Amino acid sequence: MREKILAVIEKNSRIDLNDLAIMLGVSEAEVANEIAAMEKEQIICGYHTLINWDKTSNEKVTALIEVKVIPQRTLGFDKIAERMYNYPEVRAVYLMSGGFDFTVIIEEKTMKEVAQFVTDKLATLDAVRGTATHFILKKYKDHGTVIAENIKDERMLVTP
Amino acid sequence: MRNPLSKVVEDIQPSGIRKFFDIVSEMEDAISLGVGEPDFDTPWHIRDEGIYSLERGKTFYTSNAGLKELREEISNYLYRKMEVKYDPLKEVLVTVGGSEGIDLAIRAMIDPGDEVLVPEPSYVSYVPCIKLAYGVPVIIELKEENQFRLTKEELLEKITDKTKMLVLPFPNNPTGAIMSRKDLEDIAEVCIEKDIFVLSDEIYSELTYGNKHVSIVQIPGMKERTVLINGFSKAFAMTGWRLGYATAPAVIMKQMTKIHQFAIMCAPTNSQYAAVEALRNGDKDVEEMRESYDQRRRYLMHAFKEMGLECFEPFGAFYMFPSIKKFGMTSDEFANRLLQEEKVAVVPGTAFGACGEGFLRISYAYSIENLKIALERMADFISRLENR
Repeated sequence: MREKILAVIEKNSRIDLNDLAIMLGVSEAEVANEIAAMEKEQIICGYHTLINWDKTSNEKVTALIEVKVIPQRTLGFDKIAERMYNYPEVRAVYLMSGGFDFTVIIEEKTMKEVAQFVTDKLATLDAVRGTATHFILKKYKDHGTVIAENIKDERMLVTP
Repeated sequence: MRNPLSKVVEDIQPSGIRKFFDIVSEMEDAISLGVGEPDFDTPWHIRDEGIYSLERGKTFYTSNAGLKELREEISNYLYRKMEVKYDPLKEVLVTVGGSEGIDLAIRAMIDPGDEVLVPEPSYVSYVPCIKLAYGVPVIIELKEENQFRLTKEELLEKITDKTKMLVLPFPNNPTGAIMSRKDLEDIAEVCIEKDIFVLSDEIYSELTYGNKHVSIVQIPGMKERTVLINGFSKAFAMTGWRLGYATAPAVIMKQMTKIHQFAIMCAPTNSQYAAVEALRNGDKDVEEMRESYDQRRRYLMHAFKEMGLECFEPFGAFYMFPSIKKFGMTSDEFANRLLQEEKVAVVPGTAFGACGEGFLRISYAYSIENLKIALERMADFISRLENR
């Protein structure tokens, strides 16, 4: 049940609960209870909106920053991550395997602001050993959704 | 000039669907619930294999029966799904869609005057194919009170000395009906006793809800007298690739392959490579699509109930077959008015046989969002009819 609910709302978190209950063949109360339980257990962590900011007048610059760190006895990876993710302009922080330690995704209004954030805030952290900043030029697909014009149904209208 | 046409061909009526299609095409911004193909794109890994086969220059004919690799995968797949063994070298043929397999089986097995039993409502091509083979189609009218399943009694009633074959179209287009193992055992008993062959069109076998599909070839004694038709169109959302397959006892398959060899040569090579990938790594895709269809099916059942449209609960394919008898209109009238007044296209049940009168075929190969809009319009239409 939980997996089926999650599969649907991962694609459409705004679906009407009653519709969802009908689709899954259970009662609305049952669905509502499961969702509430999953929210409480932090399986469902939030309901966000996927926005294509390029189509608004609101300019945004997104950068992906590779961060190398040296963890210290009092400052392990989790603590370092916390230092970084507490900045509101940081959209995502992931601990990575491979050649660097963290991926930090940051969203700002201008490239200059991104640069400032990296030099003033990230690079100055004691644990940080080096950064490499990559600007995102265009988003093709985000959160499993292709960011493009509406796809037209090309099927013939009536077929046997 | 003499009449250039064959009398047999001239006598065959064009598909009722075609007629309706022409009307719908004229209507701008109509919402259609009229398609008989999945709304999903072919999963990317399958498309990618098709593309890759082109890149590798796989642009030649394959053997007549199809790539050996693919026939082996089909044989494995059928064993995996229903524990029935088919010899990939002698009992499997890759065809251009399931439709070609239907045509081949009928032509390979039917002599002029042989009677072929066709349960209706059902897919539009059985009767024309039988006529083109100079066979005699004998219609069995399926009934709503039996959930449009074929019963032993209905079958026995139509059998004569000339009956050679029974077409078994389940899971059914347009009704969505399925046959349980028990139902099939009853049919098998009659077929064996009366020495009748079966053409089992199981193109929707992957799309059953609740119970796993059972094939008549799983009933002891039936594999020997059955041509099984299946394909990639519905299960893997591959309609445009035109790829299906038939399995049958070697003695029948040999003759089907002969016709195929002369008429078609071989199925499209790139589609065959893509199909190998579908069978090897496509189970998860099928499962996801099935779950989506099932959710929509429940949604439609509920919506029909709310708007007072009577419908038996279908457990297969992606169609609903509600009754409109209480509105005092023919299927044609209802479908036409629904199109004119609400711009929603559905297919009149009569497109699938005369006994489809009083019913509509409604496809749920559409997103929930789409279905929702169409259903609101249908509900408006019905409430107007009822208030009059």
